Amino acid sequence: MEDERSFSDICGGRLALQRRYYSPSCREFCLSCPRLSLRSLTAVTCTVWLAAYGLFSLCENSMILSAAIFITLLGLLGYLHFVKIDQETLLIIDSLGIQMTSSYASGKESTTFIEMGKVKDIVINEAIYMQKVIYYLCILLKDPVEPHGISQVVPVFQSAKPRLDCLIEVYRSCQEILAQQKATSTNP
Amino acid sequence: MVLKAFFPTCCASADSGLLVGRWVPEQSCAVVLAVAHFPFIPIQVKQLLAQVRQDSQVGVAVLGTWCHRRQEPEESLGHFLEGLGAVFPHEPWLRLCRERGGTFWRCEATHRQAPCPPGEDQVMLIFYDQRQVLLSQLHPPAVPPYRHVGADPTSPGGLAAVFHTVARCEALFRSDRFDEGPVRLSHWQSEGVEASILAELAKRASGPICLLLAGLLSLVSAVGACRVFKLWPLSFLGSKLSTCEQLRHRLEHLRLIFSTKKAENPAQLMRKANTVASVLLDVALGLLLLSWLHGRSRIVHLADTLIPVADHVAEELQHLLQWLMGAPAGLKMNRALDQVLGRFFLYHIHLWISYIHLMSPFVEHILWHVGLSACLGLTVALSLLSDIIALLTFHIYCFYVYGARLYRLKIHGLSSLWRLFRGKKWNALRRRVDSCSYDLDQLFIGTLLFTILLFLLPTTALYYLVFTLLRLLVVAVQGLIHLLVDLINSLPLYSLGLRLCRPYRLAAGVKFRVLEHEAGRPLRLLMQINPLPYCRVVHTYRLPSCGCHPQHSWGSLCRRLFSGELIYPWRQRSDKQD
Repeated sequence: MEDERSFSDICGGRLALQRRYYSPSCREFCLSCPRLSLRSLTAVTCTVWLAAYGLFSLCENSMILSAAIFITLLGLLGYLHFVKIDQETLLIIDSLGIQMTSSYASGKESTTFIEMGKVKDIVINEAIYMQKVIYYLCILLKDPVEPHGISQVVPVFQSAKPRLDCLIEVYRSCQEILAQQKATSTNP
Repeated sequence: MVLKAFFPTCCASADSGLLVGRWVPEQSCAVVLAVAHFPFIPIQVKQLLAQVRQDSQVGVAVLGTWCHRRQEPEESLGHFLEGLGAVFPHEPWLRLCRERGGTFWRCEATHRQAPCPPGEDQVMLIFYDQRQVLLSQLHPPAVPPYRHVGADPTSPGGLAAVFHTVARCEALFRSDRFDEGPVRLSHWQSEGVEASILAELAKRASGPICLLLAGLLSLVSAVGACRVFKLWPLSFLGSKLSTCEQLRHRLEHLRLIFSTKKAENPAQLMRKANTVASVLLDVALGLLLLSWLHGRSRIVHLADTLIPVADHVAEELQHLLQWLMGAPAGLKMNRALDQVLGRFFLYHIHLWISYIHLMSPFVEHILWHVGLSACLGLTVALSLLSDIIALLTFHIYCFYVYGARLYRLKIHGLSSLWRLFRGKKWNALRRRVDSCSYDLDQLFIGTLLFTILLFLLPTTALYYLVFTLLRLLVVAVQGLIHLLVDLINSLPLYSLGLRLCRPYRLAAGVKFRVLEHEAGRPLRLLMQINPLPYCRVVHTYRLPSCGCHPQHSWGSLCRRLFSGELIYPWRQRSDKQD
């Protein structure tokens, strides 16, 4: 089963949430951010080049122009490869674990897998971000030493930052699977 | 709980047979290791499994049947496979089946004793690459490395159990595909190591060569430890020169490489390999430098330019001093003190110039011999360069020390006289400032001295400022050289190369991909190795460097500069402070 709904992020931008239910024990949530827009790319490039041209007309050194070109190219590559995240995926598999994948605009993927044995719970948290209060989904990890303690809080959908209505959607599905997991592990 | 069956991808095209593997009841997961083909004699399969169990201390058993339908569905084979469950009792009994089309699989788990409750028979198929799982090394290691192999193989929990099982059952993979053994198994096959006479000879020769070199190295270190070097001037020089430090460090490395002790765990092995790579790179770079230096009489060139440069630096310093003796930047200094200080420093520079001119005929030979040291490695040559810079800028160091001492004297005098001025004094016994009643003449003399010191302070402070800036420049250059040496010393090249060419060897964990899925069939996942990021590779396998981290934070550095305490280069042995 697969469906797609659109939500908005905390700044009002559009986000698309894809839900894929492979089986009762395996679900995938995929949040896609809008792609890099041509307008902003053109604006940044033009600003840098105009500034470089202004400097060039002041000191008459053509090195500045070539340096500006290189800086724009390298900056664009670095932005696409290390900063711009196109898609964030949360894959939750019953009795196996939770996997978070973020795919960058250049195609690079970085994946983190957390085993179910380490997961204590999934909750929605509040946080103060700049001048506003936002909600975020996070995974609580068990402390290996103390069974009731929490050792770490792993935030999910860190770059997309969806609003509360989208988070509740994901939260409910995750809790269904976690409840299933708890029910089977307590009375095998 | 959902039943998870880990199935090696290399067995997906194998003929029908028995699934051999391990059942982990805590997580209800079955790790399939190999497929045993028909025809076989059950007793022989049991014998083989008992032997593997003894070798690996892992409970390997027959988990179920594997059916690969190539032609028409055969009814007889299905009945036969069901009958096998009676011969090899196992709970639960897995029945894995691949259809003729190839993309869809069937998997059932039957419980013999208790009829399974509905909803319990969910099965998940997870494919894994046997070779990658076998060779990869999880970070952080799941089992503490110092545990004895034979003692108590407590298996780690979670997915690490899968890795552990595959790694321990290497004995199962030893049999060859073309072996005419009693049982035909299908599993991952290594392509085999290409036998070469050279490799074989090197293996044979490495033992005695290591022994010989270890003996030689211990001889060298014995000579280094003999009592002549413990005497005052030599030990002092040895602790100050960065070349000696670097040589000691490299000697330690060579002893680690040629030690005849076998590496006990993967971390030690990796450290050894990293050390070898670091030494090799160092020597290769050093030889490059050597060939560059000794080709086309570059040494003569260098020697010809070095002396004029030193002369030029001294002349510039003279100009600077003359500028300071006038009215620098329009400041009005105390003329008498200014002249005294300036003449003193000028005389010093004069001495320095004559010293350099005495040295000038020998510079070429010295440089030639220094260039030879590059064959010990680039790091040694760089350390020597740093030492030479320190020696050539000795006059700057001297000026700095004079300026700092004078400045410190004034600051201390001013601070104690300021207390006197306010009618207080420092109580050394109680370590605090007490109030105190002074006589009139004490107060008069004190105030007079305070005024004199206060008005002389700008002149000293200016000299101190200028020479401190020069000194900081030299320290920064030396610090850069030391950073470079440190980088070559501590970069884990072998681990980085391994990460680049065989990403699965250093695993940070696993990642899963959901394969094509059809309703009513078991879920199929592909398990892949998640390689360790480069920054963590460097962080985990960094070789220990020789203790040259910055002593001061920026704040404490500024405070020391302001109060006039001496600043040394960053490289300083930690035991010197003790």
